[in-house]
Amino acid sequence: MNGQPCVNTAPLDEILARYPASETALIQVLQDVHHAYHYLPCDVLVKVADALDVPLAKVFSVGTFYKAFSLVPQGRTIVRVCTGTACHIRGANRLIEEIERLLKIKSGETTEDMGFTIKTVNCVGACAMAPVVIVGERYHGSAEPAKVAKYIAEAEADHEN
Amino acid sequence: MRIESAAAYDEFRRRALDSAAAHRQEVLVCCGTGCLANGSMRVAETFAKEFQARGLTAEVGTFTKRTGCHGFCQRGPLVVIQPAGILYTQVKPRDVAEICEKTVAGGTVIPRLLYKNPADNKRVEHYGDVPFYANQTRVAMRNIGKIDPTDIADAIGHGAYAGLVKAMSEMTPERVIGEIERSGLRGRGGAGFVTARKWRACRNAEGERKFVVCNGDEGDPGAFKDRSIMEGDPHSVLEGIVIGAWAVGAHEGFIYVRDEYPLAVVNLTVAIEQARRHGFLGANILGTGFDFDLAISRGGGAFVCGESSALMRSIEGKVGEPRQKYVHATDKGLFDRPTVLNNVETWADVGAILLHGAEWFAGMGTEKSKGTKAFSLVGKVKNTGLIELPMGMTLRDIVYGIGGGIIGDRPFKAVQTGGPSGGCVPESLLDLPVDYERLTEAGSMMGSGGMIVMDDRTCMVDVARYFLSFLTEESCGKCVPCREGLKQMLAIYDDLVAGRGKPGDIERIETLAAGMQLGSLCELGKSAPNPVLSTLRYFRSEYEAHIFAQTCPAGMCRDLTSYEIVPELCNGCHLCFKACPADAITGETKKLHTIHQEKCISCGACYDVCPTEGAVRFFPKNRPAENREAV
Repeated sequence: MNGQPCVNTAPLDEILARYPASETALIQVLQDVHHAYHYLPCDVLVKVADALDVPLAKVFSVGTFYKAFSLVPQGRTIVRVCTGTACHIRGANRLIEEIERLLKIKSGETTEDMGFTIKTVNCVGACAMAPVVIVGERYHGSAEPAKVAKYIAEAEADHEN
Repeated sequence: MRIESAAAYDEFRRRALDSAAAHRQEVLVCCGTGCLANGSMRVAETFAKEFQARGLTAEVGTFTKRTGCHGFCQRGPLVVIQPAGILYTQVKPRDVAEICEKTVAGGTVIPRLLYKNPADNKRVEHYGDVPFYANQTRVAMRNIGKIDPTDIADAIGHGAYAGLVKAMSEMTPERVIGEIERSGLRGRGGAGFVTARKWRACRNAEGERKFVVCNGDEGDPGAFKDRSIMEGDPHSVLEGIVIGAWAVGAHEGFIYVRDEYPLAVVNLTVAIEQARRHGFLGANILGTGFDFDLAISRGGGAFVCGESSALMRSIEGKVGEPRQKYVHATDKGLFDRPTVLNNVETWADVGAILLHGAEWFAGMGTEKSKGTKAFSLVGKVKNTGLIELPMGMTLRDIVYGIGGGIIGDRPFKAVQTGGPSGGCVPESLLDLPVDYERLTEAGSMMGSGGMIVMDDRTCMVDVARYFLSFLTEESCGKCVPCREGLKQMLAIYDDLVAGRGKPGDIERIETLAAGMQLGSLCELGKSAPNPVLSTLRYFRSEYEAHIFAQTCPAGMCRDLTSYEIVPELCNGCHLCFKACPADAITGETKKLHTIHQEKCISCGACYDVCPTEGAVRFFPKNRPAENREAV
């Protein structure tokens, strides 16, 4: 919890207003929080626990169980490499290596300028297009290591716009 | 707008059909996730613009429709022009003007955009004549690709909710369950439990508050049929759920959708809202006095939540850990109330069964596996995509008939079905009729319908390791046999693929597998050894090669494989040079290229791009040149 900046809680109030104040809404609230902040900031989690009347330990237990959530800030663009079976046998590993080489970080890490986070996903369900890389919201089917630099450059251009 | 009787439904449908008939031509652009990845949204937008600019909308009565997944993702973006049924593949925005001029306005086909059948090199004009489509029978996917999933009137014009109207106006809940029972419908999520048995148990269970749940947490890697159904025809899913709720007496329901399927969430949300407005959801459905409503619950990205008891915990807002199954969900499920949980595809089948009758559905399939089944045909096969076929079709007909054979006409090695709970079916079983029983006998299972085709360049030890690593990551950690068994097994496989395998490893794997099958709490753990055991059963020699000779026969395990260029065959095309990520290849265009072993990372990129057969070859690492032929 140390070292995390305090965050603006305005989006949180808006999120909480959408759901009933009960444990049932916990995962949905955390989804929306993650979407708004790109991670689960600790001081927001404390407020969520309070608002939904759920023990903070339980909020953390859910927040760390599901893969959709991260307790550390994520890059502006998430580079997701699908590692489903079809992508695996069509060379997803080579794509990961190339992306790691280009961004100079390992899978699961975030670049120093907070531009990119690399993640592997256990299947995005676009198996017919294997292997698949998703940069931000953009899907790249039949991805090749040689084209990875282009995918990243496109996202970088989006950052600047 | 609310439809409150069967007569009102018929009237609404007639009007929907009349307004569709005013569209003399329709241009259907596939906007499933696969085609969107290939840029189909821009194609659809260009069509709309082009129609307006040319006045085609008014003059010829032409409309563009953004549909769900047509299935043939390999050839996307796909465009179908109706009523002629012309299929254009790999359409780019720059092709749109020509299509408008020649096909839409001029009525002629553009040969270069037609699908070319590799078997005879002939162009195929009509959608239904493409072998990929010709051999399919669609029930759960009946309207996908035909309708705009965000337009309920279009769906109703194509028959959506007709099964619900028939059930609620002509049948009793008991008769509905009887009809589903006689149809032989079994769970499409993979386990194949008899659907009607669940429904009846829930109907007979005590308690006023009951739930129906739709499992859209399609977690098996390599499977995407549920995604396509939810995205492409959400109304067929809603129709089935409402029928089920009415039959069992539930008034509340949930659709649990995977976190990784954003488009499915969007289209389902729109569909639920429209269904509510038209009186298929909410209070007093179809004027019968029956109330039922539905909410979407987005998953948090945990594979174990596909397991029914874990999924229900997740809807409750809790950590998705399974519980023991001696208490049935139909007695105590969601919020400890009687609950029916079925897969997306199962729900999508229900409306069609009630509309066309149990006999119609039971007339398809095999003795114990009735009806049709959706599969995603992917991996090293030429025609990848989404298919639906009658149960009992052979693997050979699927892989070589619909799938068109293996990429590059390489040798077939196996088909993996059933995801991490399934197994690999070898070449000797290619004539196996695909149904629940046959797949289980072969050591695999139906699962979510993923069919991943593997060729000789797939290492079966690596495939087993892949699933172990997947499951180690996804095990919820609640019970010891699954959590620790997977970890220990993965450690052995890490050694096998790195050439550190020891005699006795196979036996150790088998002991661990038996313990996990006996001792794990839920099906995820119990079935986790299946990929391991099926590869051991059919591909034991590959394991032995890894252990006793430190070789990988498929040449995929990097620590065991080296690559070299055969000087006599290299024509200097320079492709390997460009593909090498490690700068390990030197050579100039039209001159001999060389792989420098000290830099080579054995990724095999050169082997895959080399157009000259045999010019790049692999051999066991650290083996002297004179022994290399022995691979």
